[in-house]
Amino acid sequence: MTLEHSIETSRPRFFTPGVWVVVAVAMIGAAALLARFVFGLGRVTNLDNGYPWGIWIAIDVACGVALAAGGFTTAFVAHLTNREEFHPLVRPALLTAMIGYTFVALGVMTDLGRFWAMWHVMLPWMWQGNSVLFEVAICVMTYVTVLYIEFLPIVCERFIGRVRLPGVLRVLNAPVDRLLRLLDAALGRVMTVFIILGVVLSCMHQSSLGTLMVISGAKLHPLWQTPMLPLFFLLSAFAVGFAMVIFESLLASKSLGIEPETDLLARLARFIPVLLGIYTIAKAIDLLNRGAFVHLFDGSRANMLFIFEFSLGVVAPFIILMVDRWRHSARGLFTAASLVIAGVVMNRLDVFLLAYTPAIEIRPYFPTPAEFAVTAGFIAMIVLIYRFIVLNFPVIERLEEVRA
Amino acid sequence: MFAFPANIPSRSAREALSRRDFVKISGVCAAGLATAGAARASEKRALDPDRRGVLVDLTVCVGCRRCEWACNNANDLPNGDLSDCDDQSIFKSRRRPTSVHLTVVNRMAGSDGSKPIFVKTQCMHCEHPACVSACLVGAMRKTADGPVIYDASRCIGCRYCMVACPYQFAAYEYENALTPQVKKCQLCQSRTSRGELPACVAMCPVEALTYGRRDELLKLAHERIDCNPDRYVNHVYGEHEGGGTSWLYLADRPFTELGFPALGPDSPAELTETIQHGIFKGFAAPVMLFGLLGAIGKLSHASTAHTHAEHTEKVTP
Repeated sequence: MTLEHSIETSRPRFFTPGVWVVVAVAMIGAAALLARFVFGLGRVTNLDNGYPWGIWIAIDVACGVALAAGGFTTAFVAHLTNREEFHPLVRPALLTAMIGYTFVALGVMTDLGRFWAMWHVMLPWMWQGNSVLFEVAICVMTYVTVLYIEFLPIVCERFIGRVRLPGVLRVLNAPVDRLLRLLDAALGRVMTVFIILGVVLSCMHQSSLGTLMVISGAKLHPLWQTPMLPLFFLLSAFAVGFAMVIFESLLASKSLGIEPETDLLARLARFIPVLLGIYTIAKAIDLLNRGAFVHLFDGSRANMLFIFEFSLGVVAPFIILMVDRWRHSARGLFTAASLVIAGVVMNRLDVFLLAYTPAIEIRPYFPTPAEFAVTAGFIAMIVLIYRFIVLNFPVIERLEEVRA
Repeated sequence: MFAFPANIPSRSAREALSRRDFVKISGVCAAGLATAGAARASEKRALDPDRRGVLVDLTVCVGCRRCEWACNNANDLPNGDLSDCDDQSIFKSRRRPTSVHLTVVNRMAGSDGSKPIFVKTQCMHCEHPACVSACLVGAMRKTADGPVIYDASRCIGCRYCMVACPYQFAAYEYENALTPQVKKCQLCQSRTSRGELPACVAMCPVEALTYGRRDELLKLAHERIDCNPDRYVNHVYGEHEGGGTSWLYLADRPFTELGFPALGPDSPAELTETIQHGIFKGFAAPVMLFGLLGAIGKLSHASTAHTHAEHTEKVTP
């Protein structure tokens, strides 16, 4: 990408032909979503008593939480270990996490049979402390709140000195401005607490999401079913957190017509092979320890899924990122990051769906077009909201520089 | 009033009633005094020593399916004529309990050409139920006297109980768009609290089903095996499976041939609760992590401040 090009597109427009396609996907998703709430789960999904959870849980919730992990991994590296060079990556990662978790909540609500009773989770007399799902629910709710608080300084920065309310509300310009300055100053003092809280909450529910499936016992294939699931979920969340930041940064650079931050991303990418290595060792110990390694060679469907997931998502990106030349190229980084993401998506799909066999299979589960439409629609909405906020709020530093 | 089957020595139903009332009243008091969460936690494994269960002797069952009819009748579920039960064609496919059939009887052909055997299935009412442990709002509850009860007024419809159930006996009203419920056998709690037998037990014409104290049912089951070692396999299904169940089964062939899952002696809930309470015991681990991260933050900021004294940067994202 040349310099002239970036100056030329100094003010990227919201709508491009590609964005219209995304809008169309979002609209179809909205229609399917409406059908779900009007006609109920039975007529819109292929869920049954054998498969009570489908892709709305496996993709929208399980993958959604994992792929939003960039928020806390980046916050940890940039703020808590205070590596200034990574600061430009914090805001995009935070934004992804904020929108991602919002849609995790929406995904859960779509899947809940009695969605209108969702607030029961907030009533202390309903709490059931033995439930892993209870821990996940409380943690995710708290974390979404923390993410919104972490985002507030960006809103303050956008509007301080630029509050222009329409019409008679003009008189409020000055007071609102003063309020924002006050809020900004107050947040600046306590933000570290929220950043640490965000990391702690993330570690808690990312791991608990793995514990969630331990109770399904023999229904989950032994290649995945282990009391170590929380550890594996946490480690893979760390790895995919970094991968998502790299993936998005490169994608945003291309889409918004700005120079990719290859050197910075290459430095961040160094964490990934370390995490993948630890993951591999832990997984090997676990498989040996439980005797589940026999399934690595039995040629079953689960066996194939595992080999696919592991070679695609762990081995391949490990090799790419260990080669200096590849790690320092935008293409190498993008490939490796995409592979880690694909691997984690496969892993979550395997644990929640593909390696899950009902005690008695009534019929195999395959999602309906409406289930796919809702999931695709949610992803499309995430993309649109991300694009809107990036274009209107100070999130991507380089875009700000171009604009100035 | 009713009489328990003769072979069951049991306390009178009246006694059972007063005991249940006591449990209820003390439960209400506890909820009033302590926080609800604490009350529920203490309730977890405080099972009544004379809690009830049902013994199913599959060698006696004739597959008349009258129990299915009685069940639908007692639970206000759509039901046909009693004579519909005689339709043998229904045995062609293997059925599972659904939201409109809380119990179903299947005919299982022997693997080696032996004569078929009929298997009644319904919620097993585990001693330490995975569904109860899984439910985040306490909509599933193990009562001290045996039954595992579903409370729709708490339920949010996440279906995690169904993911947790090792038997897959909970069914969901997927067709209901607004108020779907998890449907499963409630061990006729409304009937037993009036001193009546569960509907299926009362209906069974051949006394294949015996309702009574779980410990006495176990004794009875082992007596039957000891007296007729040729008639039964030496295994009471539900005595230890998944931590034990309120429904107990006797059969003439291994239970795995009859579609019963082979489960270890621990409840599936045991492991997750150990992991979960291990990690979050007294909230020590999260608090320690918070402290550790705070210390890392402090130290790294101190060192950078030292090396770049001229840099003044805000810590806001």
